[in-house]
Amino acid sequence: MGCGRTGAAIAASLDRDGHQVTVLDLDSGQFRRLPDGFGGRMAVGNGMDAEVLERAGARDADAFVAVTQGDNRNYFASQLARELLGVKNVVCRTKDPERGEIFGHLGLQTYSPTSAGAEAILAMLPDSGPA
Amino acid sequence: MYVIIAGGGKVGYYLGRELLSGDHEMLVIERSASRAAEINDLLEGTVQQGDACEASVLDGAGIARADLVAAVTGDDEDNLVVCEIARYRGVPRVLARVNNPTNAVLFQKRGIETTVSATEAILSQIEQELPVTSMVPVMQLHQGLELVEVRLSETSPVVGRTPREVLLPPESLIALIVDSGGVPRVPGADTTLTVGDALVVVTRAESKGMLQEALIGGAHGFDT
Repeated sequence: MGCGRTGAAIAASLDRDGHQVTVLDLDSGQFRRLPDGFGGRMAVGNGMDAEVLERAGARDADAFVAVTQGDNRNYFASQLARELLGVKNVVCRTKDPERGEIFGHLGLQTYSPTSAGAEAILAMLPDSGPA
Repeated sequence: MYVIIAGGGKVGYYLGRELLSGDHEMLVIERSASRAAEINDLLEGTVQQGDACEASVLDGAGIARADLVAAVTGDDEDNLVVCEIARYRGVPRVLARVNNPTNAVLFQKRGIETTVSATEAILSQIEQELPVTSMVPVMQLHQGLELVEVRLSETSPVVGRTPREVLLPPESLIALIVDSGGVPRVPGADTTLTVGDALVVVTRAESKGMLQEALIGGAHGFDT
């Protein structure tokens, strides 16, 4: 859910590796980010609606990944997928690390690009350890 | 009692005003700086500008000692997140406004028991005001048969009769009666048709006009 740069990259990679992928986005223009020859399904719709997720095939999905720009939208859709549609493996991108930590205690796998980015950048600074 | 209200829109503002007059300790958290400033004067300085979806904002608002958190913004995803964080912080009672009624089931699944839906409340008001005399197609069956639902109003010619006394078009049948309390019954000899009953009827596509006349009367709209 969410065909931005991250969503498109994840979808392209899974498709290349032979997995069955559906990409969901509100804006069909976002599908331009997918590579030529992308073999997955592209669905237009709001993933914050259980019916839309179900039509996109979430009930049969092994995994659900929410990578829209909104932490709360990602959380809402992730819980729909997990609680109502029974998806076992749910990943919710959460930019706010504090919120992400709490979501992690509520049944979701979370990933914070903010914390990960900060750590990666710190690692590139040779003297970033204790002064 | 200390109550934190997330969202200072119309609902949050009126809720806050009620709580103030009831001598509760209360704080409204509103994201928009201009809206926060606007209602802060009206609510005796009990409004804090900030995003209640951020745990640090809730912590700063003293969530640890809150007795109740009410999330009443216009966005269901924000309300869900505020309630989840509040509950994770140990608030004994959390309450969410659900804007889209279809979202209520997720709040229930998440154990956020009290959901109040303005839309649902308004819809039920409207439903009570409207004359309920339309025929709604439910399903296409095999070989030209259809399932329709008809709700009986005071003006229906069949009110007070038993299903057997109703003259229906050929190959039409009242399959089920759901009374106004939502209880379904199979029509029997001792069933009396009552105002508010929803009749689920099997009929033929070409007989729907006749069916409408029989159950609703001639002068009403035909909703197909």
